[in-house]
Amino acid sequence: MLLTTENLCKRYERNEVAVDALLNVAIGIPEGAFVTVTGPSGSGKTTLLLTLAGLLTPTAGRIQFRDTELTALTDAKLAAFRRDHMGFVMQNFSLVPYLSARENVALPIALGRKVGKDQLQRADQLLDRVGLADRAAHLPRELSAGQQQRVAIARSLANEPDLVLADEPTGNLDPRLARDILDLLEALNGDGMTILMVTHSPEAAARGTQRVHLERGQIVEVAQPTA
Amino acid sequence: MNLVSVAWKEICHRRSSLVSGLIAITLGIAVIVGIRTVTKASEHAVAVKLDSLGANVLVLPQGATVDDYHTADIDAPTFPEEYVERMISSALLGVENISPKLTRRIKIDDTKVVLTGILPDNEVASKPTWQIEGNITPEHNCAGDIGQNADPRLKREVIETLCEDECLVGVDAATRLGVQAGGTLEVEGTKLSVSKILPATGTVDDDRVFMHLHVMQELLGIGSQVSAIEVMGCCSAISDGLLSKLRNVLPDTRVTGIAQIVSTQIETNRMMDRISWGVLLLVLLIGGLSIGNTMWANVNRRRREIGVLRMLGASRSRIIGMLMLKAVVLGVAGGFFGYVLGTVFVVGMGPGTLGLNVGVLPGWFLISLGLATAVALIGSLLPAYLASQFDPSTNMQEL
Repeated sequence: MLLTTENLCKRYERNEVAVDALLNVAIGIPEGAFVTVTGPSGSGKTTLLLTLAGLLTPTAGRIQFRDTELTALTDAKLAAFRRDHMGFVMQNFSLVPYLSARENVALPIALGRKVGKDQLQRADQLLDRVGLADRAAHLPRELSAGQQQRVAIARSLANEPDLVLADEPTGNLDPRLARDILDLLEALNGDGMTILMVTHSPEAAARGTQRVHLERGQIVEVAQPTA
Repeated sequence: MNLVSVAWKEICHRRSSLVSGLIAITLGIAVIVGIRTVTKASEHAVAVKLDSLGANVLVLPQGATVDDYHTADIDAPTFPEEYVERMISSALLGVENISPKLTRRIKIDDTKVVLTGILPDNEVASKPTWQIEGNITPEHNCAGDIGQNADPRLKREVIETLCEDECLVGVDAATRLGVQAGGTLEVEGTKLSVSKILPATGTVDDDRVFMHLHVMQELLGIGSQVSAIEVMGCCSAISDGLLSKLRNVLPDTRVTGIAQIVSTQIETNRMMDRISWGVLLLVLLIGGLSIGNTMWANVNRRRREIGVLRMLGASRSRIIGMLMLKAVVLGVAGGFFGYVLGTVFVVGMGPGTLGLNVGVLPGWFLISLGLATAVALIGSLLPAYLASQFDPSTNMQEL
């Protein structure tokens, strides 16, 4: 398994009201899997993704990433782990507005202090891979929504991660562009990349090799469709 | 690409949002540079004024009065010339020139005159009218801290080449004695050639005859004794207690300051100096708060972006570092513009408004940069720390 969780809990407490966003979640993500997580709004999908990424601290439980227990890492080590082993594709693209497509893709490499021309060459290669070689110098605002999401996908691959976490990557795209993005993610998975994608879309969820359905913070169904 | 270039691009992208902080720090530094420049110019002016007064400290034998020194009575007390060496070896700061003198009232051709022995190498011709062509030494700079802006008036003339068989005669004494330059005077049986009739100074010097100290001591047979030592003290050194330090070095003498006239202005300079440092503190406080406010507004505008950076693997310390880089840029720019603005303003306004010739303080360029950068860094510390504590999961979801 690439990643496993045990009794993962996340409780939000506001104004003395406690909400269990995740309750004893146990999930296993095999190497090379394309896991899709579905569920109604408020079911805890995004909370699960952010918790697995170490961006939210679980209230209880543990997360094991290969030999590393993420829940035992310090903030700085967790940040470094995230940088080196995870890629992110978010619904709102999350691109830095004043950096070009090439620089956005190279940003995770720069955060790792790997300074040099190589990082920009790598960014160009990744942009080429997502079909945006000719848009490398463009700022995000000069790109369409679909192109911005492609840049985000290219960026998620910058540090050759072991796992790509995608949160509603097609949520802001029209159906045709959404299909393109899903095709791209599927192709990446076909190349061996492990992907965990949170989605509302049944069509997107159907692309997964393992489908997890959440309700009220609990896994209610895990499906592994036959090929 | 590196994080410095990322920070630079962010500054260029949101430059308008930094304008208020930049203006605050620029104005602050301009005020500091302006005040410091004027203060220095004022100190310089005092130094010039003090210099025009000549020697400003008089060391007399214990029990002697200034009148004794001027009247040059035959019985006026003396002290050893060796005291000069003692003063030199004590290396007191602010002592610009030491001039030992022996004065005695004698008769020359039945005319009573005051004979004054001087050491040519030490004698400060502090009276501006003592212009002796060809006898001007390299500059003795009273205001050592004014560096390249030294006023040429601060160059003091020192009599270097008064030979042992020569004398200088004050204008009134020359009239009474009926001598001219090139003539001779017989002093205690020794003929001295008159090398120069000194121009009128309006002081007791006009009625004196000056000759080499050691020759005079020998002629009068009074050994290595002197009547007084005139000291040219730097203005700031006098106000810093030079007189009491001299008293410690020469406990059996009487040390008097004759520069009271400028003491008020020295005090004014000191007050201005204190005020300038007070303003400095105030400006640092206001500048720091302004920068802090600007940075806080900036990090709030960048909440989502900071969340993205955290998501991509930036540690908290990296977030702080990126924001501090921005503060450095802001500080350097503010320091540069502030120095230029402050200098141009006071140099331009100085002569007309302040009645001072205000010079540029090059040393304050680096100080301005450093000060502004330090203020920017300190002001940005709290916003940067708070930004590093932003919850990335919340910020990333904010649209």
